[in-house]
Amino acid sequence: MSLGNSWLVIPGQPVLSGIILAFVFLVLAYLARAPMLQSIHALGRVLYRMFRLAARSVAIAERRLDARNREVLLASGREAAERMVEREFHRIERVVNRDLQAYPDLHRRISEHIRKIDEDFRSNNESPPTPPEWVKAVEAVAKLQETADPAVASVLGDIRKSLVRAQEKATHEYRKAAARRHRLLAGMAPSWRGIERDLAGVEKSVNTLLDRSGRIDRQMEEFEEIRNGTDRAQQTLSSSSLTQFFVSALVMAIAIGGAMINFYLISRPMQEMVGGNSTIGPFLTANIAAMVIIFVELSMGLFLMESLRITRLFPVIGALDDRMRHRMIWITFGFLVVLACVESGLALMRATLAASEQQLLQSLGNAGAAAASAPQHQMIPMVTQMVLSFILPFALAFVAIPLESLVQSARTVLGVVGVVLLRALSFLLRLLGNASVGGAGLLARLYDLIIFVPLRFEALVVRRAGSGSAALSGRPGQGED
Amino acid sequence: MRRPLTMLLLAGLVAATLPACSGQSSRTRAVFMLVDTSGTYAKQLDKAQGIIDYLLAKLYPGDSLAVARIDSASFTQKNILDQVTFDGRPSYAIAQKRQFKQKIDDFVKGVKHGSAYTDITGAVVQAAEYLRETGAPHKTIVIFSDLKEDLPKGDVRNFPLHLKGIRVVALNVTKLRSDNVDPRRYMERVKHWRKRVQKGGGRFVLVNDLSRMDKVLPQD
Repeated sequence: MSLGNSWLVIPGQPVLSGIILAFVFLVLAYLARAPMLQSIHALGRVLYRMFRLAARSVAIAERRLDARNREVLLASGREAAERMVEREFHRIERVVNRDLQAYPDLHRRISEHIRKIDEDFRSNNESPPTPPEWVKAVEAVAKLQETADPAVASVLGDIRKSLVRAQEKATHEYRKAAARRHRLLAGMAPSWRGIERDLAGVEKSVNTLLDRSGRIDRQMEEFEEIRNGTDRAQQTLSSSSLTQFFVSALVMAIAIGGAMINFYLISRPMQEMVGGNSTIGPFLTANIAAMVIIFVELSMGLFLMESLRITRLFPVIGALDDRMRHRMIWITFGFLVVLACVESGLALMRATLAASEQQLLQSLGNAGAAAASAPQHQMIPMVTQMVLSFILPFALAFVAIPLESLVQSARTVLGVVGVVLLRALSFLLRLLGNASVGGAGLLARLYDLIIFVPLRFEALVVRRAGSGSAALSGRPGQGED
Repeated sequence: MRRPLTMLLLAGLVAATLPACSGQSSRTRAVFMLVDTSGTYAKQLDKAQGIIDYLLAKLYPGDSLAVARIDSASFTQKNILDQVTFDGRPSYAIAQKRQFKQKIDDFVKGVKHGSAYTDITGAVVQAAEYLRETGAPHKTIVIFSDLKEDLPKGDVRNFPLHLKGIRVVALNVTKLRSDNVDPRRYMERVKHWRKRVQKGGGRFVLVNDLSRMDKVLPQD
């Protein structure tokens, strides 16, 4: 008997054998229905609990990560706000030191001006010329009736002349005094202008301080919000981090492009130093050496930026005392200059090699298929390469700034991505848990569908048995489904 | 302050250990060119010169190149016109290439008449030995010949070749006058050498079109 016919219960009768086997299967399945359905439902429940448990664990992890992200975000925001406030205070300190340090001097100057003005004012008091004592006598004489007496007329005429002279003299004195007062007043003008100028300076300083204090107020409000951990602050910081991440990633991509050009410029002449045929692993030693130079330049740039306190990737450097920090600035800058000179030299060597190779190719005929450029144009690429090689190390030094930004914002971005992934996983697990319960129910229905014939038969028997017992008890309808 | 110093020390360490742990590049190539100087081929040496120029242009520092002539008795060191392994430093390699070219030019000028016999097998055996000695991962023998071997009486060359890992490039296999009478002779010649090279563990490449010189050297 072949293996293909081993299932035949009655040899040579596949249909009959199939019917018998199907019958046996249905009977067995019918008999095992109750435990089978229990098992299916139990399996569904187990899977449901398992998935729910996993979903809960993932949700807890997500919440923890979210909380951690929030803490990190707020901490970095707090630090940034502190830096901003600190910077503003430094500026205010500078303004105060610059302008208000000279305040006692200013005060003294203004007081001096005021005292002078006061003195001038006092000396300018207008005192009308006192009428001479004999005026009353003149008044009395003037009241005399005009007579034809020539002696009286002569006396009166003399009196009148004396009076006119006295008046003229008094007027002259008065004018002289007025002119002197005007001169004094004119002398007060510079003092007024000086006071005006000093007061304008004070006003400007005060306005600057008011402006700065307004900014500090705003930043303090932000700082307060961050400190209180409000949702608004978190949203602001989060969107700011995302923007920072993409911008710094873009700048880093540009910097990588610059580093690649730098590598291209120095890798070939580096073969002159370390050989063009030796390798470390699958890489040419010259290429690795060129990469090492570029990485050293990047490191120097990083340390320079740290020493200048532009970036804060290494707290140890930021915490150094100023003398050491200044020393470090000069050392790293010196290294950068030396490396830039080395690169420039390598660029010169590259140009020399290229020219030499071109000459060889020319002597080899068309084998190299390289067109020789005009000799007068050979200087231009050489100088360009040298200048570019000198500049690129310094340009790469500034990579530290976007790198710091990228590192700081990447923490937030990765955290957000992690939260989203965990949330999606939690949802998927919950979905699978519900699906397992629903699937168990569906499986039970399918089981019943397969054995629907014996089930139908059972229902028929139960109905008949029910109707029979009802007829016997005289109560129709009892036992019906 | 300690960090930059550490970095510098590390960089210095890397720079110091670079030569120590360096090895030969897996891209190094060794080429041995055999130039047939027998009979009518002596008049085609300018073509061979062009091929050598091409090889000089395309080989990098660290690669090896040797040129030998095929004549009546080719299994001799005297037949090697020049051999060189280019220095790792590009400037030195360029100088070496110039010297090499000068020697080949002098040789071409000096050839007045072709040899009486053609010992290709002896030249191939010598070339294979040289290539194995170089230790280069990519080894190529370039044969500039019509592949028709004509040995002096008494010379034994009907032994198997050992060409494992070596590409044998037959260049400019010209059709002889007799081939025109019966082209099967040409086919038979090529087939014989292909079979012999493959049996020796090598790879046989036929390049008749000299504008397809890129097939001569293994692709990077």
